[in-house]
Amino acid sequence: MTNEPKHSLTVECTVNGERVRREVPARRHLADFLREDLELTGTHLGCEHGVCGACSVLVDGAVVRSCLMLAVQAHGRRIETIEGLSDSGALKDLQTAFIERNAAQCGFCTAGMLLTAHQLTASGEAMTRPEIREYMSGNLCRCTGYHAIIDAVEAVLRSKSRTP
Amino acid sequence: MKYPDFAYVRPASLGEALDCLQKYGDSAIPLAGGQSLLATLAMRLSSPEILVDITGLTELSEIAREGDTIRIGALVKHVQLLQSPIVRGATPLFTAALPHVAHVAIRNRGTFGGSLAFADPAAELPACLVALGGTLVLGSSAGRREIGAEDFFTGLLETDLRPGELILEARVPAQAPGSRWNFSELSRRHGDFPLAGLAAVMSPMSEARLVYLGCADRPKLATATAGMLRGASYPLKDVPGLAAALAEDLDPADTPGCSAETRLQLAGTLTYRVLNDLQEIPAR
Repeated sequence: MTNEPKHSLTVECTVNGERVRREVPARRHLADFLREDLELTGTHLGCEHGVCGACSVLVDGAVVRSCLMLAVQAHGRRIETIEGLSDSGALKDLQTAFIERNAAQCGFCTAGMLLTAHQLTASGEAMTRPEIREYMSGNLCRCTGYHAIIDAVEAVLRSKSRTP
Repeated sequence: MKYPDFAYVRPASLGEALDCLQKYGDSAIPLAGGQSLLATLAMRLSSPEILVDITGLTELSEIAREGDTIRIGALVKHVQLLQSPIVRGATPLFTAALPHVAHVAIRNRGTFGGSLAFADPAAELPACLVALGGTLVLGSSAGRREIGAEDFFTGLLETDLRPGELILEARVPAQAPGSRWNFSELSRRHGDFPLAGLAAVMSPMSEARLVYLGCADRPKLATATAGMLRGASYPLKDVPGLAAALAEDLDPADTPGCSAETRLQLAGTLTYRVLNDLQEIPAR
């Protein structure tokens, strides 16, 4: 077999529009790759087993938990993090709405909340408040600031679904 | 926690993947979406020596209709299943159950085959597959075999998969014209594995296939309950003997936070709710 199991591999992917190439241990998850290897510490690690959503990033445009994906599985993929989406302005409306409503309290869950909310609002599809709550329910906030967060997401969704 | 150490290999073809699983046997585990497997690694509940990443095998990522059979590849993601017009048209029970599967970020990566292989008795997709009378196609370097979903799930997180075997796809008969279906579950938080759930399909002749999740060590086809409800008039209300039939079919365990007695009670509540609501859903 040409392909033998290895403990260390090369990963080559696009992170926030930039090509990166690193040698990584097979066991390293994507969140640690972003934080430790690329020093993109905006992606936070809460539970580190897929429950809290703090580590959410976009992989090929879809929101995923970066603690439940190996760094080597990012090979050939397009990764976007809170840093890239903030710099590009893609999250501007959501970030403004979060600030206006004090929806970021301690800020630990905020990056993950914004990325999930980004996917929710991207389609511009109208949703009821209970539907928004359900959509966002995979992201936990230990400050329990949920009402303000849902308010912010709802406001952005409303403004988007009004714009043709 | 960080994952324990393991070696990783990404086979380039299905043949290579099956050879690899054959060669390493018990020490290798196929890695698909990883939404359960990697979580068990993070909690140090499993420690495979080798992960065989099969996510590049695009031939396992398709949903197709062949006559009255729907073929769902093992690597079809939950989001793909949820949005599939083929699935919505032919096996809408899946479409009804999928919003209950975890959360959007998990559905973006988690796979159909992964959910079947993990075999959590409270998982939605295994229960739906049993309710629809589906069949799994398993592959190994020695060849292929088929097994009915009901026989595939053998116990708590246990299946009939043998070392070296990989789930390739499921073949699901399209729901009969005139059939009705419904899915519901009771969980403490949306997206959690439920305390109890029910996937139900009712044929035009009112023969019900009722599969309860979270109420036994596997998705459980409740034959005594279905038999007792044959010819019942709707809406169901205070059916004598329902609790006894459920107790005969199901064998819930006492778990921290939910006794077996509570689960049986919840199974009864779901039976009324799911079957009564089912009458209101237009037939296929």
